[in-house]
Amino acid sequence: MGEKIGVYVCHCGSNIAGVVDVVGVAKWAEENLPNVRVARDYKFMCSSLGQEMIEKDVKDLGLTRVVVAACSPHLHEATFRNACKRAGLNPYLFEMVSIREQVSWVTKDKTVATEKSKMLISGGVRRVVHHQPLEPLFVDINPNVLVVGGGIAGIQAALEIADQGSHVYLVEREPSIGGHMAQFDKTFPTLDCAACILTPKMFTAGNHPNITLLTWSEVEKVDGFIGNFTVQIRQKARKVIADKCTGCGVCEEKCPKKVIDHMFEAGMGTRKAIYTPFPQAVPKYPVIDVENCIYYQRGTCKACEKFCPTGAIDFDQKDEMMTVQVGNVILATGYELFDARRVPQYGYGRLANVVTNLEFERLSNTAGPTSGKIVLRDGVTAPQTVGIIHCVGSRDIKYNVDCSAICCMQSLKFAHLVKEKTGAKVYNFYIDIRTPGKTYDEFYRRILDEGVHFIRGKVAEVTDAPRFPGEEGKLVIQVEDTLAGRQLRVPVDMVVLSAAMQPRVDSKEVGQKFGISCSANGWFIERHPKLDPVATMTEGIFIAGVCQGPKDIPATVSQGAAAAARVLGLIGQKQVTLEPVRASITQDNCSGCRICNNLCPFNAITFIEDRAVSDINPALCQGCGTCVSACPAGAITGSHFTNQQIMAQIEGVLFDLNVQGAREEMERVPA
Amino acid sequence: MSEQFEPTIVGFTCNWCSYRAADLAGMSRIKYAPNVRLIRLMCSGRVDPQFVFKALAEGADGVLISGCHPGDCHYVEQNYKTMRRFALLKMTLAALGIEDARVKLVWASAAEGNILAEEIDKMVAEVKALGPLNWKGDRRPKTEDGRVPSSVIGHRSVVEGVAV
Ligand SMILES: Cc1cc2nc3c(=O)[nH]c(=O)nc-3n(C[C@H](O)[C@H](O)[C@H](O)COP(=O)(O)OP(=O)(O)OC[C@H]3O[C@@H](n4cnc5c(N)ncnc54)[C@H](O)[C@@H]3O)c2cc1C
Ligand code: SF4
Ligand code: SF4
Repeated sequence: MGEKIGVYVCHCGSNIAGVVDVVGVAKWAEENLPNVRVARDYKFMCSSLGQEMIEKDVKDLGLTRVVVAACSPHLHEATFRNACKRAGLNPYLFEMVSIREQVSWVTKDKTVATEKSKMLISGGVRRVVHHQPLEPLFVDINPNVLVVGGGIAGIQAALEIADQGSHVYLVEREPSIGGHMAQFDKTFPTLDCAACILTPKMFTAGNHPNITLLTWSEVEKVDGFIGNFTVQIRQKARKVIADKCTGCGVCEEKCPKKVIDHMFEAGMGTRKAIYTPFPQAVPKYPVIDVENCIYYQRGTCKACEKFCPTGAIDFDQKDEMMTVQVGNVILATGYELFDARRVPQYGYGRLANVVTNLEFERLSNTAGPTSGKIVLRDGVTAPQTVGIIHCVGSRDIKYNVDCSAICCMQSLKFAHLVKEKTGAKVYNFYIDIRTPGKTYDEFYRRILDEGVHFIRGKVAEVTDAPRFPGEEGKLVIQVEDTLAGRQLRVPVDMVVLSAAMQPRVDSKEVGQKFGISCSANGWFIERHPKLDPVATMTEGIFIAGVCQGPKDIPATVSQGAAAAARVLGLIGQKQVTLEPVRASITQDNCSGCRICNNLCPFNAITFIEDRAVSDINPALCQGCGTCVSACPAGAITGSHFTNQQIMAQIEGVLFDLNVQGAREEMERVPA
Repeated sequence: MSEQFEPTIVGFTCNWCSYRAADLAGMSRIKYAPNVRLIRLMCSGRVDPQFVFKALAEGADGVLISGCHPGDCHYVEQNYKTMRRFALLKMTLAALGIEDARVKLVWASAAEGNILAEEIDKMVAEVKALGPLNWKGDRRPKTEDGRVPSSVIGHRSVVEGVAV
């Protein structure tokens, strides 16, 4: 073929050279492999001297192809491609062979490691001959951003981006933004009131000129790729005309239908059939809950319409679909609470005074149904003893294996609030106390000093069946105190279950809509657990907050800001470069069988009816190559992974077994 | 037989999960059988049955295909297509009399360097037990007196008397 290939074998200090005879390998390659013009070894190929060596050879010897045998291409492919480019060689005329991760680090026997290295290099040399010069694809980044989920994570991300001047579509499925944090009373470890720190942010997000707030909305469909996503959003009918509503609240006052509020009030309070979930809701206009509204059930009522001073009620309003174009997406869909009924021995749902953590938040919230009074279900009696059970539905192979990360701190917070507000005796039942955040352990000590009792053990049962004097009319917590090594029965008036945070039921579905996946536990998977925690494997899709895994508010806010920074970085670049690995159809060879048409998950392949052939849109193709290997006519080519290239590499790695390669080698006249 | 038979296996990995699993095995210094020579593709869906036949025809004793776990494909769902195609491939291979253990599909995520290494070890042991495939005979070039020239190397030792 007349190519001149340069082969460079890296020592990587002793990482490779300690196991592989790099000098011997280079010599062998130069003497035995076809088209190799020069083969060298060097201590650190990725160093500037190593790169200069390649550049010099390309220029002086007129190399037309370069192979570097070193670490994984995921580490340094870009480095060497750039070196080729600087020397005037198209960067895709380069191939990298991994003899560190795949040979020296995983192989004991030195001779065998050296032979394996030769074969892998032989594969690279054979392949690179068939490489074609390619140009990277440039994609413009649409500066608009979609943020899904209006909890504290989504709000933070949206504000950071909007403040920098890019437009944000903030989509929230509930009638108001705020997420779980809006339901809380005090937040650990500082015990500042959640509303005081959250509502100003909610207000700013709701009134920001660069934020389009789409509450009571759902993302229906996402098409496209980084830089250019097309997103379809369903705005559910509020039955209230936003432009006319002033948020005066008369409708809510006049609505005759009371409903138990299972969402915001966690079942502890009521709302009307037309409602805003809470007084500081953003936006301020209400929604009609069609399932409970008397008008939709019986055809009469319309009290709200009668009394609305601005005529904002519209019973005929329909869902609206809107389509927006964005360049990047941040998912901040948060979590839901573990259903404590699934642990029947704790009696939730059966024993009236067993409450969940979210119910307790509403109880102790001054704006909540009891105006912040911590009372039993009868609504008046203050408890004299309270048991708080940690790890309900977390750290348990039956439910969620992971630690919920916040429930120790949240249980300590509750213990403090109970003591402060009622003076009751408090018992915390824990497996381990985990307080690793900044000033968190100090908070724990403070609660210890306040006289809260701590019992180490997994609670076996909560029962209302008395067995001993003093247990009548009480809830009895049966537990083995594992520090003292004895069984305890602790009678209390109220039990709080610290239920786990768990992934949303629809997290898998939502992930699939955006082309990202969930871990076995159901949380969205980040690109790298340490080094890239807010990016995902899909370019242009980022994650922030608890949807990535259990965490507290400080960590959630950090991730919201981090995801925003990543997106702003991309917007600042204006363009991204994508690997020119794409499929294309040679239409003269296409038989029009349409086998490929349904194979592409990105809908990149369409059928041109009048010419009866298929066609691939390079802007949508992501280059997986599945259609390439499916086409019975061989009409589809996958650039940089062509059949020729792969076939040649197969021959190459089997050099020692393969007649053709060995023949060539025997017949080869040294250059 | 002079020496123990060492099989040669060609492995096809996807770029996102399994090639990264191999990277991780390296970074974790997990030692595994050196008999597998990996070829990187973007997706396990790119594995054309031709590649498998080519590798076997060129003298490989087995072929390993590895990709992301079902549901975790970087390209959404392409490994399901690999799965379907693999089932058909297996039928063809069986018809050709190629033992089941010689061609394997293994899922390994980017976090599963140890699993990839284990699977490779397992497969190498299985193929070793089966012996050489010699699908088209020993195709290595011979000198006139029937020896394999020293320039033709490889840790696969000659199985005297078996080679055709
Ligand atoms: C009882 C309890 C007490 C806590 N107390 C504290 C504390 O004191 N201090 C502290 O630091 N942390 C505390 N936490 C942890 C805290 O709740 C979380 O860290 C934080 O709220 C996470 O915010 P988020 O935005 O990630 O999720 P969320 O608050 O869950 O917000 C997610 C939002 O996304 C919306 N959404 C979900 N799916 C979709 C979709 N598909 N489309 C559109 N919108 C969607 C939801 O409606 C919601 O508004 C507590 C947790 C619990 C359970
Ligand atoms: S599979 Fe091949 S021949 Fe059939 S329609 Fe697609 S490109 Fe054309
Ligand atoms: S290579 Fe993959 S992404 Fe591209 S058109 Fe074919 S199936 Fe679709």
